[in-house]
Amino acid sequence: MGHLAESTGNYLDLAPPARLVVLVTCIQRRTGAATQQVLLDDEERVDTVDRWDESHHGKGLIKPPDQLELTEAELKEEFTRILTANNPHAPANIVLYNSKECCYKPTVVEQMIVHFVVEGSLLHQDSDEARRQKAKGGLPEETATFDTGAGPDEAKPETLDTPADDEGGAGEEDRPDSVASKTNQKKEAKVTNQFDYSERACQNLNNPHRQIGCQPEPPPRSNFSSLANQWVIYDAYMEELQKQERNKEKQKAAPSKKDPDNTKRAVVSTDSHGHDISKVRKAVKIIERMVNQNTFDEIAQDFKYYEDDSDEFRAQEGTLLPLWKFQYDQAKGLSVTALCWNKKYQDLFAVGMGSYDFNKQEHGLLVFYSLKNTAFPEYSYPTKSGILCIDIHEQHSYLVAVGFYDGCVAVYNLNKEGMDAVHKSTAKTGKHTDPVWQVRWQKDDLDNNHNFYSVSSDGRVASWTLVKNELVFTDVIKLSLNGAMSEGTEGSQQPIIACGTAFDFHKEIDYLFLVGTGEGKIHKCSKTYSSHFLETYVAHSMAVDAVKWNHFHPKVFISCSSDWTIKIWDHTINTPIFTFDLNAAVGDVSWSPYSSTVFSAVTIDGTVHVFDLNINKYEAICQPAVMAKKKGKLTRVEFNPIHPIIIVGDDRGYVTSLKLSPNLRKKPKAKKGQELATGPEVEVAKMDKLLSLLQQPENSTA
Amino acid sequence: MAEVEETLKRIQSQKGVQGIIIVNSEGIPVKTTLDNSSTVHYAGLIHQLVMKARSTVRDIDPQNDLTFLRVRSKKNEIMIAPDKDYFLIVIQNPSD
Repeated sequence: MGHLAESTGNYLDLAPPARLVVLVTCIQRRTGAATQQVLLDDEERVDTVDRWDESHHGKGLIKPPDQLELTEAELKEEFTRILTANNPHAPANIVLYNSKECCYKPTVVEQMIVHFVVEGSLLHQDSDEARRQKAKGGLPEETATFDTGAGPDEAKPETLDTPADDEGGAGEEDRPDSVASKTNQKKEAKVTNQFDYSERACQNLNNPHRQIGCQPEPPPRSNFSSLANQWVIYDAYMEELQKQERNKEKQKAAPSKKDPDNTKRAVVSTDSHGHDISKVRKAVKIIERMVNQNTFDEIAQDFKYYEDDSDEFRAQEGTLLPLWKFQYDQAKGLSVTALCWNKKYQDLFAVGMGSYDFNKQEHGLLVFYSLKNTAFPEYSYPTKSGILCIDIHEQHSYLVAVGFYDGCVAVYNLNKEGMDAVHKSTAKTGKHTDPVWQVRWQKDDLDNNHNFYSVSSDGRVASWTLVKNELVFTDVIKLSLNGAMSEGTEGSQQPIIACGTAFDFHKEIDYLFLVGTGEGKIHKCSKTYSSHFLETYVAHSMAVDAVKWNHFHPKVFISCSSDWTIKIWDHTINTPIFTFDLNAAVGDVSWSPYSSTVFSAVTIDGTVHVFDLNINKYEAICQPAVMAKKKGKLTRVEFNPIHPIIIVGDDRGYVTSLKLSPNLRKKPKAKKGQELATGPEVEVAKMDKLLSLLQQPENSTA
Repeated sequence: MAEVEETLKRIQSQKGVQGIIIVNSEGIPVKTTLDNSSTVHYAGLIHQLVMKARSTVRDIDPQNDLTFLRVRSKKNEIMIAPDKDYFLIVIQNPSD
């Protein structure tokens, strides 16, 4: 019995049968098995068998259809079953081939079945990992030792507990400190009293937050924006500069300088009153010009650009294109008696108005027009007496000398305000007793005083000097007839003294001048000789209206007269070189500034004649009728210094401007290969050629 | 002062001139011959244009300055002459 029981394994004990009973019920009977081993005592075996049978019988024997049919004997066979710890599913034997012994050897078969695995987080407290964790966790090493030791284990927690008791809740803070201080741990482990430890917190009152602000009054602000352009910077610098200069002047305590005339034009000084309107004076002027330019746009375009193409077809002749017409309301009834271009500002010209009529002597007018504003004069000065001649100073173009019908001469300064002349000659200061027919500015004398000459019907040629705001005159020459002639000539009062009606100074030779007289003679005089004429030419049968030197050729001059003729002279020769008969009294003649052979003349029948001696020695190349015959007489003509226009004045007070067509402005053709030489020498040469041609056939001129 | 008035009258009587406006440096019209709304309209717009034009000219060469400005359009021409403190605007239709 004993050894049988041992072989079955661990699960069975040789315990008293009572226990076995429990186990036996688990054993199944195996039918048909060979072994007859009896696991249990006989009693038990029988009991079990019986019981088994009984259980079956008690329930009623129900045979399933596939019940194995067995005999009684076979049914009673007993089979033993053994309970082992072996894995029933494991293979019974596994063999491995052992190469060394060249045979199969049985191996150990693993009988372990793992039913369930759970990874736990329990660590044995003595393991390394556990120790490490404890160290990390901040449990003191002591506590670790507390647990490991058997005896002291119980004692020490108790000791700890008691201090906890004593201190209660209040000692919490101390303990961690004490512990920490002992161990230098960051974290304290709160080992709390198990019994009456209670955590109690306390929070003091948080004061409610209040905001107290203080806002001062914001300073007054204004937006400022600006551009820093180049000109802004420039202006700032200029202002600074001016300030410095002013300071310097103040320091010097010298009299302040007057502002130099920085205006381009000779403008009347601007109003500095505070009135609004007057400040726009300049702008208004510009605007007026612009408006006028618009209104007379076509004329302005013609003036600048129009060239008469038909001149190509007209071999020799030219045309005059009428441009602007200048008229002034206040000039009604007056005739134009003098015209003069300003040398400096070539769009400005002066018109002197008066009357040639002996019987009707009225006031006069001095008017300045600019081509930029053709509707209204730039300056106008009314005068008491009719003006007969004007001259604008070449350098100081704001000084204008005027000769009057009543014999006075005056000087106007355009820069100064006011309608009066700056200087005026009176009876005391030696005014002429007869109308002044011509005035001419001269170069400044040795004292740098301005001076001018005048010629009058009273036979005197006088020189006037502006000395410290006064006009001082000296008689240069007294014209007298060689042999008294009592015939009255045009405009003359006293028969004995000849009346000068025109004069002209030589362009280069300063002291040389020509005087035309009312008797028709032309005297060549010198400033230095006061009583003696250098030469006398018997020029015309009537009064000489104009005498003009040629601009280029030093020897040639031209004269015109009411005897319908124009004569061209060489001053070395006593007789005229050319004579032109114009069929009407010639009012004025004028050389052109661009050619030595071109001149123009106006007659009282309203025609303008333009001659070019180079082209046609006998006739005018252009003779347009500017005014209808009965309507008016042309009195004056002048060429513009640079523009190809002429202005013509008539006795109605109108000034008409005409443009010269290209034929009239011909320059000598250049030979092939040669440059077109321009300049005074060429002009002189031209004239010389002409003169030389005429030297031989002197009689051809009539 | 009288001469300025006279000149303005002459301009006004020229052919095709529709209106004259004098504007001060801040762009406020001082004197005008047009109606109020047009004046204000013109003044405001042209003021800016002139400032720009002047700035352009002076920026290129600070010693230079704007003399006048013409704006020619299909229907008319606007002429602006700027001055130190004021500028003058004239609207003209030259083909009238």
